[in-house]
Amino acid sequence: MKLFRIRGGVHPKENKHLTEDKPISPLPLFFYYHIPLQQHIGAPAEPEVVVGDRVLKGQLIASARGMISANIHAPTSGTITAIGPYIAPHASGLQGRTITLEADGKDEWAELPAPMDWQNAKPVEISKRVRECGVVGMGGATFPSSVKLNLGGRYELDTLVLNGSECEPYLTCDDRLMQEQADEVIEGILIMAKSLGVGKAYIGIEKNKPDAIEKMTEAAKEYPGITVVALPTRYPMGSEKHLVQTLTGKETPARGLTADIGVVVHNVATAKAVYDAVSKGVPLIERIVTVSGRAIKTPRNLKVLVGTIIEDLIDFCGGYTEPPQQILSGGPMMGQPIRSTSIPLVKGANGVLALNEEDIKQDDQMPCIRCASCVAACPCGLVPLEMSAHIRADDLEGAVKLGLQDCISCGSCSYTCPSRIPLVQTFNYAKGKLTETQRTQHRQEETKRLAEARTIRMEKEAKAKREAMMRKKAAMAAKRKKSAS
Amino acid sequence: MKQLPLVAGPFIHKGNTVQKTMLLVILALVPATAYGIYLFGLPALYLFATTIAACVLIEMACLKLAGKKVKPFIFDGSAVLTGWLLAMTLPPWAPWWIGVVGAILAIAIGKHVFGGLGQNLFNPAMVARVALLISFPVEMTKFTHPTPLFSEKSPDAAAATDVTFGQASTIDGVSSASTLGHIKTEVSLGHSAQDLIANGFDLITQSLGNVPGSLGETSAISILIGGLFLLAMRVISWHIPLSMIVGVGLFAQIFHTIDPSKYAGADVHILGGATLLGAFFIATDLVTSPVSKTAQIIFGFAIGVLVYIIRTWGGYPEGMAFAVLLMNAVTPLLDRYIKPRVYGRDRKGTPLEFGEKKS
Repeated sequence: MKLFRIRGGVHPKENKHLTEDKPISPLPLFFYYHIPLQQHIGAPAEPEVVVGDRVLKGQLIASARGMISANIHAPTSGTITAIGPYIAPHASGLQGRTITLEADGKDEWAELPAPMDWQNAKPVEISKRVRECGVVGMGGATFPSSVKLNLGGRYELDTLVLNGSECEPYLTCDDRLMQEQADEVIEGILIMAKSLGVGKAYIGIEKNKPDAIEKMTEAAKEYPGITVVALPTRYPMGSEKHLVQTLTGKETPARGLTADIGVVVHNVATAKAVYDAVSKGVPLIERIVTVSGRAIKTPRNLKVLVGTIIEDLIDFCGGYTEPPQQILSGGPMMGQPIRSTSIPLVKGANGVLALNEEDIKQDDQMPCIRCASCVAACPCGLVPLEMSAHIRADDLEGAVKLGLQDCISCGSCSYTCPSRIPLVQTFNYAKGKLTETQRTQHRQEETKRLAEARTIRMEKEAKAKREAMMRKKAAMAAKRKKSAS
Repeated sequence: MKQLPLVAGPFIHKGNTVQKTMLLVILALVPATAYGIYLFGLPALYLFATTIAACVLIEMACLKLAGKKVKPFIFDGSAVLTGWLLAMTLPPWAPWWIGVVGAILAIAIGKHVFGGLGQNLFNPAMVARVALLISFPVEMTKFTHPTPLFSEKSPDAAAATDVTFGQASTIDGVSSASTLGHIKTEVSLGHSAQDLIANGFDLITQSLGNVPGSLGETSAISILIGGLFLLAMRVISWHIPLSMIVGVGLFAQIFHTIDPSKYAGADVHILGGATLLGAFFIATDLVTSPVSKTAQIIFGFAIGVLVYIIRTWGGYPEGMAFAVLLMNAVTPLLDRYIKPRVYGRDRKGTPLEFGEKKS
């Protein structure tokens, strides 16, 4: 198949050898699970249980609030011991509302919804089931999948793209999933294609995963609509807009969605979760996680229940070989630093990395020497060195004009900068600052609008009152006149 | 600089540093430098060492004055590289103070006045070279015939000390003109460039570098080796060197075809003078060249054309330094108006069109 070239990108040292041949191993049950109510993009879920309730594995414990939100289910059977603030899986290290579950060790299943006859189901029924089962994008973006499976109603779609590129170094969880559960993934893809109403699906896998390519090609053999495509190994191949361009040659318009050009992208692990939800009625309560990095004694791939604390994972992998320089959730390019190993593992966490000196290769920051490595590396055609200079001079407007909002924070620029300038950090700071400004502005405008509306309403009311009074007076006068005559 | 803990990735790095980048450039300069020192003997070595030492000392002084940390910047290799490049463009038997004055011009005025590493608008080595050429025209145009080390003509330590650190007048008689200088003088006297070249310009000698000229500019082959090394190590890209060589070559060939008796051909202009050193090592200076590939092609081509114009119709036989400085001044403009196309947008920055949504 003809592939299309994308701009820029880098070739980070893959370091996948640490875990790529480690089969997915299950974990024993632990005593406590901490399940955050915010594990997805959108509004946090609302608890459906109270402290002291006994819950069963797979039982709904918090339900989606609004369209962009997701249901949350109990990872195992046990008792709810707390609902309150607990350290959240976020770079800030702040606390978020979390349900704490004390496992009873029985791992007793709740009654699950019946398997669906999806081949004869309507698209809405499929996305409804996916929504019920709390499935979110498992590549890290954690966008509620049902919303993305519903796009067929609003967009002219023709292609489903499955992201199996796994371009982040170290991570091998999708690789292992495709190798070990290819049939389930393929069925998930068929369900998704059915829900979207498209007949064509591409599974994009980077060439550094030959076993996964082989297994998936084998599993997809009897479905002519599904094509497994070996992609060049280049970061950020997994960026959805770039993946779509590589496969179809079509470029997603700025500020737009891939759906605008007829394509919807889902992660392969999400396909597996959709399969579980639709074909088995099992909600999303576990995922595969790569625990790796040179500071981990035995790096491996684990099947982990959502809510397991990260320390338990690391202990299960034999602990550290040395004090890690950096602990991350996700990949080393776009993952988040972890402040405490007490944080729970969430639906979107594909990796837990403990990196040492050799992994991170830190060095002192120097001034920019305008070498333009960042310009060459940027997959979005931006000039990072200039955007950074503007932001450092507090000229956010200037940075926006240079395309700040088109930056996907992939980190290719920072990765390649010889002066070790934290470019992405600068951009994220600016984006946050802009959102904050916009929000404040929006709030002020809203307040003003409401205040004005109130004034108008009050005036109208007063006027109406006056008029009513006048009418009354006139009527009274007329009556008096009548009675007088 | 103290690093604050990062909250945004990436948490891994390619491993390159400013220091490593500078070291690679220096490494690439080694063949041409070694050949230059061999060709012009101990005086060239003395001048070379003096220039670099002066650059490093002045860098230290400037950093102290500016209140910056000395250690990280003195070891970044940029001052050594500036001194190295400057020395390569000097007449090999120039007196020591040419190197020292050049170092002051390059480091203090060319670099630190603008704010130090990465901030300078102009290539520091070329600022020094041009200022020296205008201020000391005699010393800066006195080229010697090659006197290879270990040959009879090569000055011994004492004589070499006298050449570099003593009275320059004692070494009269060996001075000569560079190839380009020679052609320019003779053509202006009414002699045919064609004959001159037929008699004196030998492509092979010129490529090897066994001719009078600046310390590190004469050997096209050794410069090319270094240049190709830089390309292979991806310190530079092909855009500037190639477009610049094309610029010089194209113009030279056009005029040579029109009137061969007055204008030397592309071979003379590409292999002679500072063309190759300029193309691979000077115009490609990271700090002072544009950042986008299209702008780099324009930048390189314009330097090539300017070099040819200055050499042919200007007052100096060599125009590399002037051409580079002129285009350095245009770099901010090029960077402002020529940018890569942003993903999902057209050249003007408007989002691309797409199909209508279902109603």
